[in-house]
Amino acid sequence: MFAKTLLGASILASMTFFSSAVVAQTIGFSQIGSESGWRAAETTLTRQEAEKRGIDLKFADAQQKQENQIRAIRSFIAQGVDAILLAPVVATGWDAVLKEAQESDIPVVLLDRQVDSSDDLYLTAVGSDLHHEGVVAGEWLVGEVGDKECNVVELQGTTGSSPAIKRKAGFEEGIAGHDNIKIVRSQTGDFTRAKGKEVMESFLKAENGGKNICALYAHNDDMAVGAIQAIKEAGLKPGSDILVVSIDAVPDIFQAMAAGEANATVELTPNMAGPAFDALAAFMDGGTVPPKFIQTESKLYTQKDDPMKVYEEKKGLGY
Amino acid sequence: MNGTMRFLRRVAPQIATLAVVLLLIGFVFPGFFDLSFANGRLYGSPIDILNRGAPVALLAIGMTLVIATGGIDLSVGAVMAICGAIAASAITAGYGLPATLLMALGAGLACGLWNGVLVAVVGIQPIVATLILMVAGRGIAQLVTEGTILTFTNDGLAFLGSGNLLGLPTPVVIWLSMGALVTLLVRRTALGMLIEAVGVNRRASMLAGVNARLLLVTVYMVSGLCAAMAGIIVAADIRGADANNAGLFLELDAILAVVIGGNSLLGGGFSLVASLIGAIIIQSVNTGILVAGFPPEFNLVIKAVIVLVILVVQSPAIHGAGVLFSFARRSP
Repeated sequence: MFAKTLLGASILASMTFFSSAVVAQTIGFSQIGSESGWRAAETTLTRQEAEKRGIDLKFADAQQKQENQIRAIRSFIAQGVDAILLAPVVATGWDAVLKEAQESDIPVVLLDRQVDSSDDLYLTAVGSDLHHEGVVAGEWLVGEVGDKECNVVELQGTTGSSPAIKRKAGFEEGIAGHDNIKIVRSQTGDFTRAKGKEVMESFLKAENGGKNICALYAHNDDMAVGAIQAIKEAGLKPGSDILVVSIDAVPDIFQAMAAGEANATVELTPNMAGPAFDALAAFMDGGTVPPKFIQTESKLYTQKDDPMKVYEEKKGLGY
Repeated sequence: MNGTMRFLRRVAPQIATLAVVLLLIGFVFPGFFDLSFANGRLYGSPIDILNRGAPVALLAIGMTLVIATGGIDLSVGAVMAICGAIAASAITAGYGLPATLLMALGAGLACGLWNGVLVAVVGIQPIVATLILMVAGRGIAQLVTEGTILTFTNDGLAFLGSGNLLGLPTPVVIWLSMGALVTLLVRRTALGMLIEAVGVNRRASMLAGVNARLLLVTVYMVSGLCAAMAGIIVAADIRGADANNAGLFLELDAILAVVIGGNSLLGGGFSLVASLIGAIIIQSVNTGILVAGFPPEFNLVIKAVIVLVILVVQSPAIHGAGVLFSFARRSP
């Protein structure tokens, strides 16, 4: 009995010793804040991924302020962390603090957003390709309607924002060369449910009560959820009378898909930390220098992907 | 009879403006005035305007009274978010519909009480006093929803946002009744005159025996109540409380509605009906831009130009010039 306990204890001890010797031990994470559900999910997943790998994650919430992020990074450097993850709130003004990290030999990985600094100041950046997400959505629609005539209405994100510009251009690229698919109306829904619903109502009025509309493309799921309600209230069936494709893959759209009211969504994964930790481990263990941009997968979910199961998985992430 | 004439003369500029805006939209989008009756309610873009205009119309009712006292209430957008969040969280926590509504409306009254006490008792300038809740309120709403969009499935609550009553969408019935109720309350009693008196000269009205302090607190509470109703409607409409976006910048639309309604920001005489027409003018412009099919980059510029034209046409200087012009023609 005693021997067994001793054996177990020594295995445990050697395991902790082993693991702490191989992977990065302490990593600082400077997060922007919690301005959206997606970002809350990103924080939750970063913690989970760190725990899975036995990493001690030091978390700093910047509350949307760059000066807080710079202060957090300086404190990480002072604490002598092994690496730093940074989700930068703005693109400019990072040169000085990134140089300080470099001089202390601490690799920095950017999450989700880019900076304007020279790219030798950070190890790599992990992010999604907004343009590619639009392409995936467009290609899904092309595959779905085939050669049928299809009039698409588009709910854009906030006018001038980079997701709105890139997701629009990506979708147009996705449907390019298929003249049967036309975008007949395109308006901004400001990424919100309420505006998505209001704008969709006007689309329905303007396009013969919705009879001329074959598909809706929304730049985020929230607008699609609002638009789905508008379609229902107009007496049409979202998901069959009007196809609904959107981007982000937040939990609520999976409920709509399970109910047959939405058709497809392209995931903007909140798991940016997983690839970042993998790249860091490879860099620290074997000295493998990762590429300067690691693109996360833009996964397409449809009604066939057991939406209720995905909903249950995503629900707890803090979206 | 004389009163009716005076009333018509008062709201004539607003009605004329609304008619011009609607005609312009009808010109750009010919199917605009089509109305049909289906599923027990009227359908059509004009109904959409009345329906979508509900939050701003409700806010404009409270805002008109507040502005008539010489004050302003910047917190209404945030109060909408708070009350929507409270309604959504109460209904998902299993409280019944009456309890939920009482809590949400009570929260609106409490917010109004807070503003009213800061303005009337503590003596802080209204724009500063209500700025506090404007900033803090959205944070409170986010605390209630824990930063997420809090969705619910209760059909009773959703009915307030997307149901039909008497052949009209419920929000339309709500704001029309609230407008009628408050108008009767202030015009069939001396209340309206007392509010105007406080707005013109608070000190003089106090000396004349008006309980200005109580009146001010009440007016801010009415504004809070209107904001609560608007917040409940907005949350019920999308079956979820969106603390980040519900009522965002709507305080500005409400103030604009009051101004388009020809009411002075300095306080004094006011017309609720004109403010409500102002709210509908704003929503007509919004809906018109949506059905017209312009690229979204033009939305704000078009809206700004139309508002500018409306305000310039209504301005006293232009009226003065008009009078001069007619004199000049008559004099020779």
